[in-house]
Amino acid sequence: MSKAGTKGPREIGIEILSVTVAIIIWQLIADLVVNNKFILPSFTDVLFAFIKIIEGGILFTDLAISMLHFGIGILSALLIGIPIGVVMGWFKNVNRALDPLIEIIRPIPPLAWIPFAIVWFGLTHTSAGFVVFIGAVFPVIINTFDGFKSVPKVYVEAAKVLGCMSSGSLIRHVALPSALPSIASGIRISMGVGWMCLVAAEMFGVSTNGLGYKIWWHYYLHQMDFVLVYMLILGFLGLFIDRVFRWYVDGHLLEWRAGVVV
Amino acid sequence: MGEVKVSGISVAFEKENGESTLALDNVDLEIKDKEFVCFIGPSGCGKTTLLRTIAGLERPDKGQITLDGEDITIPDSTRGMVFQEYSLFPWRTVIQNITFGPQMKGIPKNKVLEVAEKYLKLVGLEQFRNSYPYELSGGMRQRVAIARALANEPKVLLMDEPFGALDAQTRNTLQKELLQVWAKYQITIVFVTHSVDEAVFLADKIVVMSARPGRIKKVINVDLPRPRERTSSEANELRNQLLKMLAEERRN
Repeated sequence: MSKAGTKGPREIGIEILSVTVAIIIWQLIADLVVNNKFILPSFTDVLFAFIKIIEGGILFTDLAISMLHFGIGILSALLIGIPIGVVMGWFKNVNRALDPLIEIIRPIPPLAWIPFAIVWFGLTHTSAGFVVFIGAVFPVIINTFDGFKSVPKVYVEAAKVLGCMSSGSLIRHVALPSALPSIASGIRISMGVGWMCLVAAEMFGVSTNGLGYKIWWHYYLHQMDFVLVYMLILGFLGLFIDRVFRWYVDGHLLEWRAGVVV
Repeated sequence: MGEVKVSGISVAFEKENGESTLALDNVDLEIKDKEFVCFIGPSGCGKTTLLRTIAGLERPDKGQITLDGEDITIPDSTRGMVFQEYSLFPWRTVIQNITFGPQMKGIPKNKVLEVAEKYLKLVGLEQFRNSYPYELSGGMRQRVAIARALANEPKVLLMDEPFGALDAQTRNTLQKELLQVWAKYQITIVFVTHSVDEAVFLADKIVVMSARPGRIKKVINVDLPRPRERTSSEANELRNQLLKMLAEERRN
């Protein structure tokens, strides 16, 4: 819906050309300059590696496992983060009580939680999901809180004089829809952070499967072409998830804010 | 019925440094059923505060306000309100904005829609039924705001400079439309304005207020016949009288 998103055939042509040239340069450097598969696998090396993991079906197992970790983390971040942000934004005293705790815990890098993830949940999917959760929950809390704090007063007053009186219905019918753009951008940020935590959690052996785990595994086997394949898959998948989310939010949830991108 | 009695109302606002300013000082006022009353006065005279207190959005420190003999303490659907700034819910379409009040009352869904359609038609915006507020002009937004307030079938309609942000042409049109609505539904309207012209054109009774602390300076009964001619000599005379009063206030 945004103007920047509309592309003519000319723009698409330029984009395809740019990617093609980059691939050719990569291939030439790998083959003619570096000529060492361990240091820089070429485009064709990566392509063959990609075909191999698709043929063996390994990719799909890893994909499913990684999405499971990601899903556990993001869903629990939403289920816990949104209500916390809501009550903090709506009730001043809850904010006073929770704010210092959150400000102390938030700066701890999510990856520092990995030992506890393992101690608490063992080498399980929940454990990897927990690390994703830690990374994802704070952006959700903070953006929900911000969205709730900046609900225009006039909407609340208009709702009150229309007979919407209790905190519960004011939150549901006024504050939540009004804060939705802010919450949506919080979710977007949290998915970005969660995605990074996912790879790290899997690398550290919290799980014995998944895309991140495979990067580490192939590194041990000195198969850098496979390492690169998984890196690229992670990149594309991250991009894809973000695009689908944006498409859904802009096109459906936030139709009323046409022209504004989260 | 929609009879409002304001007796001995005082409202003070606390500033951050602990001082408090008296926005309204011992105000008495009677608004009869089906009357069109305008509050006018210099800025800071408490006209909006008085309106908000009648709505239940401000709590008086002293005094009492009743609607048909019943105490007003919190906002409820017996008093509808149209705000100065655009207050439509931007995430709801025009029709969904109008259904908001009846929905909150718990009226069955098909009945809600029926009521909403009626008021949508009243303000002549049927073809914008499913538009979002951002797609509407300022005048249309205030029309929807009026329809939304009326859909709750309030006894009193409170309006806080509802046409203040509109251009002169749209303003005149909406004033005329408002008078038609008022004639049709026979409700009490309390209207805050800073425009003398608007007050003279609309009101049965003009309440002139003075500032710091907010008090009622004078209540003028307007007995000009309706429909009113904006440029008639009687209207001009009244306008002059009001302008003099307001100029006096500004000097103080």
